[in-house]
Amino acid sequence: MIDKKSILIINQSAPYGSSKARESLDVALTCSIFEMPVSLLFIGDGLYQLINNQSPDALNMKKHEAMLSALPMYDIEKIYITEEDLESIGLTENDLAMPVTLIQRDAIASLIQQNDSVLTF
Amino acid sequence: MKFSLIVHASPFSAQTSSTAYRYAKCLLEEGHQIFRIFYYGDGVLVANQQIAPPQDETNLLTSWQLLAKTHNLDLVVCIAAAVKRGVLDDNEAQRYDKKNANLALGFELSGLGQLAEAIAASDRVITFGN
Repeated sequence: MIDKKSILIINQSAPYGSSKARESLDVALTCSIFEMPVSLLFIGDGLYQLINNQSPDALNMKKHEAMLSALPMYDIEKIYITEEDLESIGLTENDLAMPVTLIQRDAIASLIQQNDSVLTF
Repeated sequence: MKFSLIVHASPFSAQTSSTAYRYAKCLLEEGHQIFRIFYYGDGVLVANQQIAPPQDETNLLTSWQLLAKTHNLDLVVCIAAAVKRGVLDDNEAQRYDKKNANLALGFELSGLGQLAEAIAASDRVITFGN
């Protein structure tokens, strides 16, 4: 029997160019299967994982946003980004492939504090 | 305290893999427990027994093996990450019709469930990424 520790996964890698985004998603889904509450924070380049209309066909990669669409089925609904990051890449919430919770960058510390374990990808 | 470590970094292209080893060693010297070391991504490459670094360089594979043997550590290698990088135990070599298994002694191939369990069972989980 696994304890239900809450996990925050901080995603700071772009969706393509490294295997980090995919590996992170696999860990999130696995932990959720074990009924551990999972929250996801996308910061820096990690924010690009959430953008809609990605077209990675030229890279022979699968659409990351499509894989992320599995999250609600795994009861992963706490998805956070910061207003500052969104603004710094010149996008709005309408450019994202899924609903997210916007937080201030200052709030990251308390997000970390609220969770039992933090993983970074 | 009970720790688990996640090692993402390749043993040769990044310092992080060696940092993870030194961190683990330090934890044990300080009297902490290590529940599990989980190798993920390129981190799995350290479990390839065919690794043959030059003699004047540190051999991280044998370092981990010795530490694991001395302290009875649980070294778990993510099976999905390992198989696609050609790190195979006997079962996987047979399954994929490969000539040889090359998983080093002291390491075990298993799934991400082992990582979830490690997170649940440990007071601290430290990521060594790159």
